Amino acid sequence: MTDSTMTTRQKVEASMRRRRAAETRFRLYGMASVLFGLLCLVVLFGDIFSKGTSAFSQTVLTTTIELNGDYLGIDKDSPRDEIMSANYDGLIKRHFAKEMKPSGRSEARKLFSLISSGAGWQLQSEVLADPSLIGQSITINLLVDDDVDQWFKHERGENIHASRLSEQQLEWIQSWVDSGALHTRFNTTFFVNGDSREPELAGIRGAMTGTLLTLLVTFLLSFPIGVSAAIYLEEFAPKNRLTEIVEININNLAAVPSITFGLLGLAIFINIFGVSRSTPLVGGLVLTLMTLPTIIISGRAAIKAVPPSIREAALGLGASKMQTVFHHVLPLAMPGMLTGTIIGMAQALGETAPLLMIGMIAFVVDVPGFVNDPSTVLPVQIFLWSDSPERAFTERTSGAIMVLLGFLILMNTAAVMLRRRLERRW
Amino acid sequence: MNYSTLIIAVFIALGAAYLLGRNRARALAGQGERMHSLPTHYGALTALWTTLPPLILIILWVMLEPRIIDALLTAQLPETIRNASEAEVRLALSKVHNIAQDAGMMSQNELGAAASHLIDLEQRAAILKGGVILSLILLGAGLTWRRIQPELRARGEVEKIVRVLLFSSSAIAVLTTLGILVSVLFEAMLFFQKVSPVEFLFGTSWSPQVALRADQSGSSGSFGAVPLFTGTLLISAIAMLIAVPVGLMAAIYLSEYASSRVRQIAKPALEVLAGIPTVVYGFFAALTVAPFIRGVGESVGLDVSSESALAAGLVMGIMIIPFVSSLSDDVINAVPQSLRDGSYGLGATRSETVRQVVIPAALPGIVGAVMLAVSRAIGETMIVAMAAGLAANLTANPLDSVTTVTVQIVTLLVGDQEFDSPKTLAAFALGLVLFIVTLALNFVALKIVQKYREQYD
Repeated sequence: MTDSTMTTRQKVEASMRRRRAAETRFRLYGMASVLFGLLCLVVLFGDIFSKGTSAFSQTVLTTTIELNGDYLGIDKDSPRDEIMSANYDGLIKRHFAKEMKPSGRSEARKLFSLISSGAGWQLQSEVLADPSLIGQSITINLLVDDDVDQWFKHERGENIHASRLSEQQLEWIQSWVDSGALHTRFNTTFFVNGDSREPELAGIRGAMTGTLLTLLVTFLLSFPIGVSAAIYLEEFAPKNRLTEIVEININNLAAVPSITFGLLGLAIFINIFGVSRSTPLVGGLVLTLMTLPTIIISGRAAIKAVPPSIREAALGLGASKMQTVFHHVLPLAMPGMLTGTIIGMAQALGETAPLLMIGMIAFVVDVPGFVNDPSTVLPVQIFLWSDSPERAFTERTSGAIMVLLGFLILMNTAAVMLRRRLERRW
Repeated sequence: MNYSTLIIAVFIALGAAYLLGRNRARALAGQGERMHSLPTHYGALTALWTTLPPLILIILWVMLEPRIIDALLTAQLPETIRNASEAEVRLALSKVHNIAQDAGMMSQNELGAAASHLIDLEQRAAILKGGVILSLILLGAGLTWRRIQPELRARGEVEKIVRVLLFSSSAIAVLTTLGILVSVLFEAMLFFQKVSPVEFLFGTSWSPQVALRADQSGSSGSFGAVPLFTGTLLISAIAMLIAVPVGLMAAIYLSEYASSRVRQIAKPALEVLAGIPTVVYGFFAALTVAPFIRGVGESVGLDVSSESALAAGLVMGIMIIPFVSSLSDDVINAVPQSLRDGSYGLGATRSETVRQVVIPAALPGIVGAVMLAVSRAIGETMIVAMAAGLAANLTANPLDSVTTVTVQIVTLLVGDQEFDSPKTLAAFALGLVLFIVTLALNFVALKIVQKYREQYD
C-alpha cells in the first residue's frame, strides 16, 4: 500500500499515532527531569547522612585509674596552678603500661597512641573539680584516639588488615572490647569543643559561636538599613533617572558573585578602615552588604503589596506622609519584610567564599567571646575539615553539615510559617 | 572607654533623651500652652539630636584612630627604622603593638619605649574619646531641651532627619557597587603596572608563584589567564549542559502537565536544592562524585584525574537546576492562557503547543534566565575550589583537572599576604574580569526579562 492509496482517515490516524507518541515522550522527559532533580536531592542528603550520623557518637574507654598523689606530686591542698600543671599524661601512660604490659619502648608508644591526647585534660578537669579525689581510684571514660574510634564504629568484623592499626594494637583493642571497657556514647565533645588537630577532640562550638556572632552583626546592620532603603525607594524616592539607576544597581548587586564581596571586604574594610581580620565584625560587615539586596528587594515587594487605599485613608485623616508610612504601611508590610530577612540570613549562614578572603579560614581553637575575637564560621569549618585526610574528619565534616542544614531548614520553615500565618489577601 | 561601653551609653542616652523631650513637651502642654506637635515628636527630636552626632563621631573615630596613632608612633621609632623602607616601618609598628599587649616584654626590647608610648597614647585617646562623646550627648540633649517651645515645629524637623536617614540607607547599596568597582579597579591598576594587560588576557601560562629571591628560576611568575578562562568556561558549560535541559523540562512539566498536588510538593522540594550551601555541594563533589566518576572511568579504561572538571561541573549543574527551573517557571506562567487556547483550538497537542507556541513566546525570558544561570556558574566558588583543583591546564577534556578564575582568587588571597606583590594583586585583576563579565551578563539578562514581562502585562 502506497501513500496515494491511503485514505485521509488512515493518514490522520497514522499521524495521530506519531503525535501521541511524541506527546507521551515529551511528558516523560518532563517527568524524568523532575525526578532527576528530586533524586539528586535524595542522594545528596542520603550521602551526607550516611557519612555523618556516626559523628554524633564517640568511643570511650572505661577504666579505673588511681590518682596517685605521689606520682603527680600534689595533694588535695595543693594550690590550683600546681594541680593544673601536674603530669596527668604520664599517669595515664603509667596506668596502661601496668595494665597491658607492652614489651619495649616502641610497643609502649604504640599502646599510648591508642589513647587520645586529650585524656590528660579529662583527668585534670576531674581533679580540678574535686581535689579530694587525689590519692583515690576513679572510674573514668577516657577518650580514645580517632583510629580506635573509627575501628570500633565501622571496621569491627571487617578485614583486619584494612585498618590503620597494627595487629598488636588490634589485639589490645580486642581485649578491651572483650572486657566491655570500650563502648560508644553521645559525642558531647563535638558540641562543646573548638577546633582541634585531633579529630576526637575537634568540635563545632567555636565555629557555631562565630557563626552566631557574625549573623548577629549582619542582622543588626542589614535589617534596619534594608528596611529603611526599601521604604525610601518605594515611598519617598522621586521617580527619576537617579532612582532608576539605584533600582537597577540593587537588582544587579543581588546577582554579583559572592566572592567579589570578599574582595571588597579585604580591600576596603581591612586595608582602608583597618578592621581586624578573621573577626565576626568584618565577616558581618561583608555579609551585610551581600544580604542587603535580598532584603531590599523583598521589602519593596512587601510594601508594594499594601493597597493604596490604606495610605489614602491615613492621609485623608490628616496623617503626614511619614506617619502614614510608619504607622500604617510598615506594620502591614512587616511580615513580608521579615520573611525576606530570614531568607537573606539563611543565605548568609551558608556563605563561605567571601569569608575565606577576609581571613576567617584561620585555625582558631578558642571559642570567640565577642565580635572582635578571631573566629571561624560553620561553613568555613566544613571547608577546612573536608581538606583533612583523616577519615574521622570526613565523618565530622558530614556531622557539621548536618548541623548547618538543620539550622537552614529551621530558618526556612520559620520563613514559610511566618508567610502562611501573617499573609493577608486584600 | 571602649567602643561597646560607649555604644551602650549612646543607647541609654537615646531612651533617656526621648523621655526627657516628651515629658517637657507634656509639661508645657499641661501649663496650657498649645504645642505645635505631639509630645512624642519632641521626644523623638531630642533623641535624634542626642544620639546621631555621637554615633557618627564613633564611626569616624573607629576609622581614624589607628591611623593617627600609627603616625604618631612612627615619629617615635628609632632613626634607623624610620629611614628604612616602608615595609620595615610597618613591621616595627606591628611589633610595637604586640609588645604593648604583653607587659613582660616591654623592658627587654629596643622598641619598649615606643610600646609604652603606645599604651600612653591609647589611654589618652580612650579618655578623650569618652569625654568628647559624653559631652556631645549632654550638649545635644541640653540644646534640644532648651529649644522645646510651643512654636518649635518638631514633627517637620524629625521627618526631615528621618528622610535623610532613609535616603542614606538606600545610598549604601550604590556605595557598595562603587566600593567593589573602585577597590577592584585600583588594585588591578597596580597589577597592570607590573604585568601588561595583553599578557594577562592572552597569555597561556599561569603560574603565579613568585620566588622569594630574585635569582631563583621563574622569579617573576607568569600571569597568562587564558587557562583560567577556558577552565571556567569548561566547567560552566558542563554545568549548563545539565541544568538547562533538566531545569527547563522540569519547569515545563510542573507548569503545563503536573497536577496541582504534584506541583505543590515537587516545586518546593526542587527549590531546596537552591538553598543548600555551596560548601555542602563542594564536599559532595569532592568526596562522593569525583571518586565515583574516577571509578567508572577506570572500569572502562579511561584515565580520569581525581579532581576532574566533570565532577565539579556535574554538581554545579545540579545546584543550578532549581535556579533555571524557577525562573523559567515564572516566564512560562507569564505567557497568556489565550495563546495556549488558540493553539489547542487549532488541534495541536499539549507538547506541540508547548514547543511551538509557549516556548517561542517565552523565549526571551528563558534566555534571560539561562544568562543569569551562566553568570551564577561563572561566579561559583566553593564547588570548584573543593572539587576542581589548582592545576592551570589549557584543555577541553572534561576528565582532566582544570582551575577557574574564582579558585585562583581564593588561593591567591587566602593566608597572610603582602599587599604589593603581583601575586596578590593578580587576584584583584581576576576579580575585575569576573565582576565585569557577571555584571554585563546580569544587566543584559535582567533587561531582557523585564522587557519581556512588560509585553504581556
